[in-house]
Amino acid sequence: MSELKWKKGVAVAGVGLSKFGAFKEKNSRDLFVEAYQDMINSMQRYNPEKVEAFYLGNFSSDQFEKQAHLAPILASWIGLSPITALRIEDACASSGVALRQAALAIASGQYDVVLVGGVEKMTSLEIAAVTEALATAADTQFEVSAGFTFPGFYAAMATAYMHEFQASREAFYHVSIKNRNNGALNEYAQFGQTIFDIMESKKRRAVQKGLPVPEWKDEIEFLSDPKGNPMVAWPMTLFDCSPVSDGAAVALLVSEEIASSLTDTPIYMIGSGQASDGALPERENLYSIPAAVEASRQAYQMANLTPDDIDVAEVHDCFTIAEIIATEDLGFFERGEGWKAAIEGKTSRDGSRPVNTSGGLKSKGHPVGATGVGQIVEIWKQLNGLAEERQVQGDPKIGLTHNVGGSGQTCVVNIFERRG
Amino acid sequence: MENYSMNSNDFFKALEDGALIGSRCLDCGTMAVPQRQICSKCLSSKSKIVHYSGNGSLSAFTVISVPSMWMSEVGYNGKNPYCVGVVALDEGPKISAQILDMDISMPENIQIGTKLTMTTVSHGEDGNRKIHLAFKPV
Repeated sequence: MSELKWKKGVAVAGVGLSKFGAFKEKNSRDLFVEAYQDMINSMQRYNPEKVEAFYLGNFSSDQFEKQAHLAPILASWIGLSPITALRIEDACASSGVALRQAALAIASGQYDVVLVGGVEKMTSLEIAAVTEALATAADTQFEVSAGFTFPGFYAAMATAYMHEFQASREAFYHVSIKNRNNGALNEYAQFGQTIFDIMESKKRRAVQKGLPVPEWKDEIEFLSDPKGNPMVAWPMTLFDCSPVSDGAAVALLVSEEIASSLTDTPIYMIGSGQASDGALPERENLYSIPAAVEASRQAYQMANLTPDDIDVAEVHDCFTIAEIIATEDLGFFERGEGWKAAIEGKTSRDGSRPVNTSGGLKSKGHPVGATGVGQIVEIWKQLNGLAEERQVQGDPKIGLTHNVGGSGQTCVVNIFERRG
Repeated sequence: MENYSMNSNDFFKALEDGALIGSRCLDCGTMAVPQRQICSKCLSSKSKIVHYSGNGSLSAFTVISVPSMWMSEVGYNGKNPYCVGVVALDEGPKISAQILDMDISMPENIQIGTKLTMTTVSHGEDGNRKIHLAFKPV
């Protein structure tokens, strides 16, 4: 099996993030420089002269900023020309894939130090144009032409899931509430407000304006009310969707033997897998993502671990249903049990299976090309005990990232370990 | 009726003729829609164009309130949402399409498994006119 052919071990020596959000004044290169500086601060002995190559994950700066060929520009902007610089595009999995490709380049013996970045500047376009740009990640000839949007794809999976397992929409709301609670504790996150905060501020605004005050008794009632939480694509509502975001993420990947010369807090990449798939109708069922099942199978096999060994995971919750399906595809819960686990709080920070402690795409934000490396930033922090208020208790040692492109046409799963 | 090729655009040419076409692998019998040269099951390159009955059932759906740009250009919006879904054809394979004539004011009442039959919708005018597959309840 190809996943067993790594000739060298690979470590993540340092990580960095820009703040995620909507920033009129910043473009891709500004966001990237911000994340790069954050990465430098995460390491004790970083030496830029050691960097041999730069792998960039970016979905579509061509569409968002009318700027293609972004990798050499960013390499130049941080003073690293003439190193090898290249861009990888696999939709929303672009930087998760870039990270895996950089790891393979190190594992082959070609490089010892590779900088991996992810960036997307999305808010420069109107929302309809953003929706249109994102839709190019699907099959434009046969799916988008039918009228599908990205929320629409996941909404259709949600109807298939609800039908198959008699799941309730309340489960989606629990994912939303949890990830907002986590994101509110993450200074890099786009959204600092919990669902409870939003509900209460809407009530206060009604009082100020002298309007009838909504009688939501809790977050579930608020999220169930179309006046508080409008429909986007039934059954996915506004608060089921991740936002349109600007942001960048950076990780320094190095060969295992030099990791400690650069940092005191490395984590080791012990498993990795990637798989592809056709469009949504080609799947046997519509309530799972086969590429995620296959990518995780490869990653678990390489790491010689089972799903029960994973202490903390960042999964691709572009929509709330996606997190529930991910927790089943990754084997954390039996098929059809993920929605119950979400309601029971098993995936919360103090649950048996913490998922998306960063706030996930939903709350931290989803600058699509930055998302994959952004997930690794949270795992690095959790495994090193540096996640502050979000820190999972019990000394987590093994973390997993799950990054999806499109509606499941690409999935990359990586597993990391802290040693000592 | 004309002969259609394996080129993906011929799927839309067939729709203009009111036909839903795909392919059948001559080695293992696997059906595909739209048509494809290489069988995804046995990898054989021997396949032929087939005509589907156009009957099927709803596998998954959504009612979209925030439309894509081109659907908003043809008049859909939050007050006038539309239904799209994945339809399992009676012959086996599935395909994405707009679903017409559903009560989209109550999406929770739309039933997966609803029997459907094909139709087409055209959007745009003159040179920009494009035909799309659609389904409606039997």
